Parts: sequence; structure tokens; C-alpha cells
Amino acid sequence: MNRLDQLEAQSIYILREAFNRIDKIAMLWSLGKDSNVMVWLTRKAFFGHIPYPLMHLDTGLEFPETYAFRDRYVKEWGVKLIGDPCPPLDTIDDTLPPASRVAARKTAGLKEAIEKYQFDGIFAGIRRDEQSMRAKERVFSPRNAEGTWDFRDQPPEFWDQYKTDYPAGTHIRIHPLLQWTELDIWRYIQREEIPLVPLYFAKNGERFRSLGEIGITFPIKSNAATIEDIIAELEVTRTEERAGRAMDHESEDAFERLRADGYM
Amino acid sequence: MADSVVKLTTPPQATQHVPGMKDLLRIVIVGHVDHGKSTLVGRLVYETDSLPEGKFEQIKAMSDRRGMPFEWAFLMDAMQAERDQGITIDTAQIWLKTKGRDTVIIDAPGHKEFLKNMVTGASQADAALLVIDADEGVKEQSRRHGYLLHLLGVRQVAVVVNKMDLVKYDAARFQEVEREIRTYLGSIGVTPAHVIPVSARDGDCIKEGSAKMPWYKGPSVVQTLSLFNPIASLSDLPLRFPVQDVYKFDERRIIAGRIECGRLSVGDTLIFSPSNKSAKIKSIESWSSKPGHHNPLTAVAGQSVGITLDEQIFVERGDIVSHLQHAPVETDVFRARIFWLGREPLKKGGAYKMKLGTMEAPIRIQEIERIIDTGDLRALSSDEVERNQVAEIVIRSRRMLALDAFNDSPRTGRFVIVDKFDIAGGGIISMEGYADQRELITQRSTNITRVEHAIPPEERWRRNGHKGGVMWMTGLSGAGKSTIAVKLEQRLFEKGYHVYILDGDNVRHGLNANLGFSPEDRAENIRRVGEVAALFARSGMIVITSFISPYRSDRDRARAAASDVFHEVYVAAELATCESRDPKGLYKKARAGQIADFTGISAPYEAPEEPEVVVDTAAASADECVDALVEYVERTFRI
Ligand SMILES: Nc1nc2c(ncn2[C@@H]2O[C@H](COP(=O)(O)OP(=O)(O)OP(=O)(O)O)[C@@H](O)[C@H]2O)c(=O)[nH]1
Ligand SMILES: [Mg+2]
Repeated sequence: MNRLDQLEAQSIYILREAFNRIDKIAMLWSLGKDSNVMVWLTRKAFFGHIPYPLMHLDTGLEFPETYAFRDRYVKEWGVKLIGDPCPPLDTIDDTLPPASRVAARKTAGLKEAIEKYQFDGIFAGIRRDEQSMRAKERVFSPRNAEGTWDFRDQPPEFWDQYKTDYPAGTHIRIHPLLQWTELDIWRYIQREEIPLVPLYFAKNGERFRSLGEIGITFPIKSNAATIEDIIAELEVTRTEERAGRAMDHESEDAFERLRADGYM
Repeated sequence: MADSVVKLTTPPQATQHVPGMKDLLRIVIVGHVDHGKSTLVGRLVYETDSLPEGKFEQIKAMSDRRGMPFEWAFLMDAMQAERDQGITIDTAQIWLKTKGRDTVIIDAPGHKEFLKNMVTGASQADAALLVIDADEGVKEQSRRHGYLLHLLGVRQVAVVVNKMDLVKYDAARFQEVEREIRTYLGSIGVTPAHVIPVSARDGDCIKEGSAKMPWYKGPSVVQTLSLFNPIASLSDLPLRFPVQDVYKFDERRIIAGRIECGRLSVGDTLIFSPSNKSAKIKSIESWSSKPGHHNPLTAVAGQSVGITLDEQIFVERGDIVSHLQHAPVETDVFRARIFWLGREPLKKGGAYKMKLGTMEAPIRIQEIERIIDTGDLRALSSDEVERNQVAEIVIRSRRMLALDAFNDSPRTGRFVIVDKFDIAGGGIISMEGYADQRELITQRSTNITRVEHAIPPEERWRRNGHKGGVMWMTGLSGAGKSTIAVKLEQRLFEKGYHVYILDGDNVRHGLNANLGFSPEDRAENIRRVGEVAALFARSGMIVITSFISPYRSDRDRARAAASDVFHEVYVAAELATCESRDPKGLYKKARAGQIADFTGISAPYEAPEEPEVVVDTAAASADECVDALVEYVERTFRI
């Protein structure tokens, strides 16, 4: 087994574990490259089926290409979509820096959806190599009733035994892609021919390396117009993947605050 | 169809070649608090040119903001609380792009408060660097982490003696620390690949040798990393495929799971443990979007697969699938070496849940045999295992479990203990002194029908003048079982009872002449005696058995055979008393190592939990004990 085979097998194991152990579960589908890999792995894990709803936290601020992608693959893959709009900006904590505040709408939307649909577990496609707070995550990560992450006291997690016993009121984030790197994701997309929003591929010398909302996500200078180009670019790059995400850089603790409060 | 363990299978499906993709090695950095682990990680990232653009400046700004000199540890210590207090709380990971292969560095916290996080990090590693402060030397967590690496199965270890700048790069001081850690690791069976003197903060001996330590001729840290290898695949071990789930999304009934060890192929005959049901693999299912895709014919360790069977037998999550040969052990009791992370101590007699692979079972802690002080490896005794302690314990389950000794099959030889909602400990299994009970519970005969007796039991009792039943005596060698049994038989016979003794040595001359003294043979010995005793009892007789019968599982099976006419008699006497009597000179031989697996000395005796009768031969004479038993029989076996 090569590295992609190993990652794939491990992620499938995690998806199946969560599907078996957790009652009501949904998968966050941001429509970005990572969550599409996660959906792909779902179809592998469950032999072509997607046995839980995919949840798109809609801020209304996605790029038009992103909405088009969503509408197409909801039909093609037989997705059960939950696409409720996120709460408006003026309901969000105004002590947060501006971009974080926009991002926090997603956290609020997620909390509302969990409440409304009574989910016990949520799959999120975060990776350890993206960001140093995410590097500390568990595969099965408990959240209390308010959705907050007690990152100073996380449960032990070893030998692929995950925390699956909870008192009432807890819900759980499951991170099937935690161990993948950005390059692993792209190589897997290449191998599996997974469809993507076209914004990842360079046009007029620009492309999105990380895809978020209009206004807080910015393209990078790049001529990588194919997957092969992108892989070649990533092999030599020294910039961080999320350099184009404004909210990561507003203050030293901006991302910690966001995540502690329940952001992905 | 032959087992694929012995059959040469076709190689696993060739995975598509991915150009430029490198192997991955996972290294954990462990050691005592503040010895410079995170600093070493930061410096390694820098020295291997893996630091992202702008990161250096960010770390500089964070350090300045706190009025500190440049702090490499801030690369990994992402939490504000970690940076403010200069301590790692939780484990984190970072990827290095190195030549030849990629490396994941897992930084672990050294403070003992966060041992659960160290375990979380270390359990994912192929190899470890144990960091020791040259000035402070080997400390409590240096030893404990070393010990835990071993328990967690990390076998490739190198030691980094850090902060050499603080001891003026002194070779003598380095050698002192080296000697101490080598001695300790040696005593737990770990040989470090290298012991490397470094100054992580200043980058000495990280990538290349250092001019400040010309006396050191060994490899640098980066050079040492290239000597380690990713953990080898387990596909050559016997098949272990724990059932994770059974899916019925469409017309297929798919049994899903990950192959932990070995391999399986279409057509193989499988056995499901502990249910012991058997079926053949009809297909290995898979999904692909690509046209012309075929299902694989074989699959190997590490793969998450789904299979269908030729027969619709009942299968459930937690079953372990194997081939007929080399099936896992079946037992309801086993030994384990555990580490405990729970807030509440682990208690002798306490009820917990274990998880092994995908199986979950309620368990009880039967015995805490010893606590191991990871500092000096002394054995301590206690009824509790405190947080962060390592111990050897005996675990009992109410139902039969399928598992392996860790040394035979590592993946199904390890488990975690759940206390209420939390994973609170982990352990590896040893079956030393305990029998594989698979044979005892396997029914080979088929097409058999019971014949109903025409004489009801009450009729037999009326003719004999008393009920039939089993007086099952258990106790250590020398406790007085045979003496009491013989006297009891005589007294009951004189009183007109129909009574007969089954004695250990006697049945080994005939019925059980083909059995030895291995745990499995001992268990079979007792199984047969239990069945024979039950037949005697059903014929209306009182049968007195006189066997050490040290295992609870075996006695419980004998009780089940005779059902409600079974009377357990615990012939109690302290080990010391029995040893001083030593009527057959066996204790002496056992102490001299001439008898292996001798109960009480080198094999366990599990005292009955709720015997019907207890006689204490140390406190009372044999005749007094017999009086008590005669009284019991007259009362209990009366019609
Ligand atoms: N003089 C000197 N100081 C060092 C060296 N390496 C690390 N330090 C200092 O030692 C202190 C602790 O370093 P860390 O890297 O945070 O230690 P750690 O082992 O990661 O600590 P925990 O993760 O909390 O267990 C910091 O102040 C470092 O600057 C070294 O080579 N020389
Ligand atoms: Mg540290």
C-alpha cells in the first residue's frame, strides 16, 4: 500500500466508525477540495452510497462557480443537502476582528443547524497541516452543549480507539482528513479524478489555493492551470496554504478564539 | 479451499503508481518537561528548510511581544496558554519535506499532567527521539516516557542529550547522561540507535556535526532520522479482520472492516470468533467511479474492505474474522500490562468497559498483581492503580472474548479501558498461565439428539434416600482436599449415602491419561471431570471431586454442567501453610524451578467468589471440617 492507499483506508475506517457509533450525523460540505475528497471517501466507505446528509453552511457569499458546482453534484451524487442560510453578520460577536466575524457566521450557522436537526456528530474536513491549532486536534473531538472546544483538556486518543461515549448534551466533531496534507489531497484528486470548483485552477495568472467566502478569501498569483501544475507548484512553495485567508492573520490568537468557539 | 495463510495468494492489487509521492516516517519527540522537545522540533523544521515563508518573523514577533529571546518552541506551541507559560499542553504535528521521504514530527508534552496527550502523540509514531537536558540529566518523565514507548509498541528510539551549551559542551557530562539512560533503557529491553549531544536552541548537531563538540563522532539528529523506517506491514501475520459494521444499503449484505493483520482472498473459508461460525468469502466489494472497474480478489493488512459471504450467517460488530488455522484465543480471563490515565484510580474489583479492535465488553478487574515503578522498575502491591502508573493486572469478562497475546498479534493483542465516558487506560495482553478456551467450547459433533430418560430424577432420589449432586472441592495443593474428601466419603458411606470420589491423580491414570499440564490441558482435565461428575449426580449419586481446579472459568463450566446440584467447597488455607505442609514435596520442586506452572507459585489460583461452603484447614482440624461438610450434606441433600 502506498501513502494514498494508507490515508484512504484510515479515513474510511474513521467514517465507518463514526457512522456506526454516532446516532445522528451529518457531513460539512464546504464545496472546497477537502470536503469533496471527504464525500468521495464516503462513497468508497459505503460502497457508492452517501448515508448521511451533507451540510452546506451558506453565507450567501460563495462564488457563483461554487453554487453551480453544488447544484450539479447534489443531483449527480444523490446528495441529501441541508443548505440553511447562516445568521446575518449583525448577530455575531462584534469584538471579533472583521474577517473573523464574517467567518464566525459559519460557526453560528452550524450551531443553529445542530440544534434544529439534533445532530450528535458532524464530520469536518480539517487537516493538521493547515494551521497550528488544527495540528492539535483529535479525530473524534467532543464539543460541549454550547459547541465550544475545550482544547486545553482533550481526551486521549490512541490505537484507533476513539472517544465514542458521551454524556447527554455533548456533540462530536469527526475529522476523517486530519492526517492528510495539502499535497496528499491533490494527489488523491488526481488519482481519483474528483471534480472540483474551477476556481482552484489558474486563470489570468491567479487561482484560489484555499476557497472561502467572497471578501475574506483571496487568490494567489499562479499559472497552475492543471492538477499536475498545482502539484508541481506545491512541491516547491514556501507559502502557507491559508495565507489567503484573512481571518487567520488578524491577531496572534484570532484562530484560537474562532476555533474555541466552535469554528471548523 | 485451503487457507490463504498457507496458500500462496496473488499479490495485492497493484496500486496506481503516483509519481513523486514519497514514503512517510512518523517520529515522536518525548522526554521530561522543559528539556527542549518543542525547541528541537522548531529547529529541525528550520534546519531542513521546511519553515514556511514569514514564520520566522512571526515567531520573532511572538517572542518580542512576551519580552523573550527567540523561542523556537512557539512554532509548535500554538495555544496562547502554551506560549504564555512556556509549556506544551497538547501534542501537535508538523510535516518536514526531507530528501528521499517525508517526515511527520509529533511533538509531545513532557509535563506529567499531560501524559494522556503524550500517549496520544507517541502511539502514532514509527520511531521516537527521547530528549534529555544535559544539565538536569535523566528525570522522572524521561524514564516513564521511555517505558511507555515500549508499551505503545515504538521500538526504534534514539536519545538526544540537549542543552549541551549549558554544560559547556563537556564530553564527560554527556557520557554520564548517556550511561545512565542506556542502563535504564537496557533494563526494559530498549537499545537506542544513537545517543546524540545537541544544542537545539543553537542548532548544534541538528543537521550536521558541531565544531563545538569535536569529540562526538556519531550522526546528527537529521542523519539519525534517516536510519529509521516506517513500521513494516503486518500482512505476513495470520489474518485478523475485526468486523466494524454490516451494511445492507442495497441487495448486497456487506461485512465491513479493516484488515489488521494478514490477508484474505475470495474463496477463503473464514471463522468468526467468538461465535465460531464459519463461511466462505463470496466477493470483496469495492466502489469506483471508473468504468470497467473490477472488484479485487484479494486484500491485505491495512486495507478497509467489505466482503460478502456464501452463507447468510449471523455476524456482528466486534467479531474477529480469521482463517480456520491460526484463529484468535477465546477466553473470559487474561493478563495485561496497562498504563492508567484516568482521573479516578483503577480499582481492584471495579467494573469497566474494554474496547479491543471494534469489540466492546464489560469487564471486571480481578487482580492487580503489581504496580511497576517506572523509575526503578520495582514492583509494588496495591489495590488501586493511580493515574500515570503502569501495572500488571488480571481482567475478567462475563462473556467469551476473542483476542490475542500481544506478542502473537499486536493489533488484536491490545485494548483500552473505558471508565464511565472516558478512555482511561490502555494495555497489552499476555495469556501466560491462562488457557485458550476455544477447544473447550467447540462442539464438533453434529446431527446428535438427546435421548429422554424414562426414570425421573425424583424416582432415583427416592430409592437412594437422598438427592444426587456434586461436592466440588477446590483449593491449593496441600490445602487438605484429598484428606477431607476421603474422610467425607467414608462418613457419608457409613450413613448410607451413595457416594464416590473423583480424585485428580486417579483420573489422570485413565480418563485423562492423554492430558499434560499446559493451561489448555488443565482446563480440558477439569472440563471432563465436570462432565463426568454431572453424569454421576444425574444418576442419583453424590460425587466428591478433589482437584485444585484453580481457574474460575473452569469451575464455572463444571457448575453449568451439573446446574443446580453443584456445590462448590472452598478448602481454604494460606499459601504459606500449604507450602509448609508440602505432603508430596511439590512446592520444594516448584521453588527450585523443577515444576513449571505450579499453582500458587508460578501459576495463578483464583479463589472462589461465592462458594456454597468454606472450610479452613488452617483454623480447624480435618475432622472438624468433615463434621461441617457432613452436616451440610445432610441438610442439603435431604429429599
Ligand atoms: N540553553 C539552552 N536552552 C534551551 C535549549 N533548547 C531549549 N532550551 C530552552 O528550554 C526551555 C524549554 O524548551 P521547550 O522546547 O519548550 O521544552 P519542552 O521539552 O518542549 O517542554 P514541554 O513540552 O513543556 O515538556 C525554553 O526556554 C528553551 O528556550 C538549548 O539547547 N540550550
Ligand atoms: Mg514542548
